[in-house]
Amino acid sequence: MSAFRVEIRVMPRATLLDPQGQAVQHALHALGFREVGAVRMGKHLVVELQAGSPQEAAERARTMCDRLLANPVTEDYDVAVEAA
Amino acid sequence: MRRVAVVVFPGSNCDADTLDAARAAGSDAYYVWHRDTDLRQADAVVLPGGFSYGDYLRSGAIARFSPVLQAVAAHARAGGAVLGICNGFQILCEAGLLPGALMRNARLKFLSRPVRVRVEATDTPFTHLYERGEELTVPIAHGDGRYVADAETAALLEANGQVVWRYVGDNPNGSTNDIAGICNGGRNVVGVMPHPERRNARVLGGQDGARVFLSMEARNATQHAGDMRAVDGRHLRV
Repeated sequence: MSAFRVEIRVMPRATLLDPQGQAVQHALHALGFREVGAVRMGKHLVVELQAGSPQEAAERARTMCDRLLANPVTEDYDVAVEAA
Repeated sequence: MRRVAVVVFPGSNCDADTLDAARAAGSDAYYVWHRDTDLRQADAVVLPGGFSYGDYLRSGAIARFSPVLQAVAAHARAGGAVLGICNGFQILCEAGLLPGALMRNARLKFLSRPVRVRVEATDTPFTHLYERGEELTVPIAHGDGRYVADAETAALLEANGQVVWRYVGDNPNGSTNDIAGICNGGRNVVGVMPHPERRNARVLGGQDGARVFLSMEARNATQHAGDMRAVDGRHLRV
């Protein structure tokens, strides 16, 4: 077993309205960042865990997403593993 | 007299109002703590509004894994009546006892005001004393009230008559198909965003929510539903 650090990105599903992202987009426009197109806002989680391999760490993290960290109805996620 | 368990999570804040509304309707209502695993022979379970576990991660996401939810899920699977109000609705969706999910209001603001809803389904344990098509004024108080479901699920809800309450006039939060409340396929689990317990007496500005609790009390009761008129003098139409 070794220590891994898994970075998990949870984003609202692209087809759903993301009012928080829109509010940030409007604020950026108000500040003069006219080049800004769409903004979407999600969550970033950093999970430290013990696993036998990077593949196992990623697998465990995906299970955590399916059960708790992401809502399968409204959110998508991806995981990135690195040695801690 | 029906036994009604009002579940209390850390962060629930409508538990006392809900208990009071159930008692006013004649029920033997009592609290069940989130760590309890025994619903104490409840006929019906109510998950009240509030901010369980601080709404951390997502509204209702942590409450879903509390010990009491295992008992609530078993009660629901056995056909028992379960009502989720506001945060309780969010918890029922997170737990998979109702389809869909509740997301941040479309205009982001936390909304606390009365809204108009139309009763769309009266064949549930919590709405059978209403008339179909009747319009009610009931308060909302939520930041995450936008009901979302994929197109297929939404179509199924409509086809099966699982939309229980629908916003009329103004959709406050951008919910799919103006949905304010739904039930499951078995029709024993109901979730609503508006707060019926805040409108169950004239002193609260109206009593449009009272029949949610009177329906629950009259469900399978030995007396005829017509007798419910006598309960606390609050019931207008049977």
